[in-house]
Amino acid sequence: MADDVWILGINMTKFGKHPDKEAVDLASEAAIAALADGGVSMKEMGVVAAGSLMNASAGIGQQVQKQIGQTGIPVYNVANACATGATALRTVMMAIKAGEVDMGLAVGVEKLSGAGMLGAGAGKPASDEWTPSGRYGAVTGLDGRVGTDMMPGVFAQVGMEYGHRYGGTSFELFARIAEKNHSHSTLNPLAAYTKAMSLEQIMGDPMIAYPNTRSMCSANCDGAAAAVLVSDAKLKTLSLEQRKRAVKISASVLTTDPWEEACQVLPNVNTLTRNAATTAYEQAGVGPEDLDLVELHDCFATAELVHYDNLMLCPEGGAVDFFQSGATWRDGSTPVNVSGGLESKGHPIAATGIANVWEVAHHLRGEAGDRQIEGAKVGLAHVIGLGSACGVHILEKSAA
Amino acid sequence: MGTPVPMVDYLELGDEPRLVANECTNCGARFFDHRVACASCGGQEFTKAPVPTDGEVRAFTIVGWAPPGVPAPYVAAIVDCGGTSVKGNVVNTPPDPDHVTLGMKVRLTTFPIGTDSTGTEAIGFGFEPIEGN
Ligand SMILES: [Zn+2]
Repeated sequence: MADDVWILGINMTKFGKHPDKEAVDLASEAAIAALADGGVSMKEMGVVAAGSLMNASAGIGQQVQKQIGQTGIPVYNVANACATGATALRTVMMAIKAGEVDMGLAVGVEKLSGAGMLGAGAGKPASDEWTPSGRYGAVTGLDGRVGTDMMPGVFAQVGMEYGHRYGGTSFELFARIAEKNHSHSTLNPLAAYTKAMSLEQIMGDPMIAYPNTRSMCSANCDGAAAAVLVSDAKLKTLSLEQRKRAVKISASVLTTDPWEEACQVLPNVNTLTRNAATTAYEQAGVGPEDLDLVELHDCFATAELVHYDNLMLCPEGGAVDFFQSGATWRDGSTPVNVSGGLESKGHPIAATGIANVWEVAHHLRGEAGDRQIEGAKVGLAHVIGLGSACGVHILEKSAA
Repeated sequence: MGTPVPMVDYLELGDEPRLVANECTNCGARFFDHRVACASCGGQEFTKAPVPTDGEVRAFTIVGWAPPGVPAPYVAAIVDCGGTSVKGNVVNTPPDPDHVTLGMKVRLTTFPIGTDSTGTEAIGFGFEPIEGN
């Protein structure tokens, strides 16, 4: 096993609307700031990994390189649904672990303001006559005619399935999860939304896919995040200040959904998350009880509930009781999404994986300002994309 | 005018319409789409397997904002038909949480979804509540 890998510098832009900036501008802003945060320059980077899901063929890595320094190093453009940022981070991590480089830059960026959420559409024959086509021999679009392919609906069913299996869920319970996250975001100046919302407001919002109203869905917005990773050997040569602020990546795991009967019709977001978490806890040598905070992929309020269970923050089947105990509020035993989460901080897809790590890293450094979780030493960042990829990173405070 | 065509080729029409899955002859895994190979075991041989028409709603959502051409709100669901998971809408009942519940018993039903330029009808499927549920 190679030596540890550390986060030396990390940054995220404000999430929200950036009509005057292109994706490359936001990504470059985050990258330059991450380098500055680490006290290093582009000349010292051995590799870049970058992702922008909506521009997956545009070579965002090379675009950023042109803005911040064309040093001739290898660039990997990655795309892995909502796990794109985590995949970029992990790509740099693997290059360092392999001993090819001792420092690298990971970037994620998305421009999503105003993006709709409608699916492919159904309706009339594609030609004048009904003609079966595609892998289902369909004569028309199936989204909406055979269940739903829309993310709000898919994740609504994921939460309902949990309720069917274990009981105790309700529209109000799911709304209370969103209430928590919107409340947390009031302390995060970089969040897309920073206003608390009452339970009545959340439940009274337009219903997107029962039981998820609009304010229980992740907020489409613009944003970027970037991180500089460094090998253990290289870190030892840097200044005391750099070593003190470095955050250890104790576990970095990526999984996909293994076969089981039902995953063919409803993506299973549970097993791959549980598998990723199990491996991550083993790698890091810590347990869920050691976590001081968790940033998990609350793309919808229904998703947050099932991931309490998948990340083993509670006994299996115990997510409802766990939430109702107050454990996941910022003053609880396992604060979850103190940033406001995807529902309120926002979800610029490819930036999210690195932004979740940014949040955890800032608490471990004691630099999280008003929302600092006091004395935080260990944290977990989780993302999931359909279908399917799950990234889990466990981070630990520097001992230096 | 032709004979009606099914909306998908895993819907078999006739006096008693049913869904028919592609079942892996090696491990029994079921798929509704055309397969190169089995996602479970890699087997490349499949046989047609009828799916029970009665089932139980394992998960549902009421979609408020539908794609163009689909009336909203509508109920999307995952139905357990004797151990085979099926994706399909719940129909013939009001789309609200008072009328659609987790665990409710449903059965397969079919209905016309439109007519093409030759006058041929396409037939879709959904699940409707079983009376006395
Ligand atoms: Zn098989």
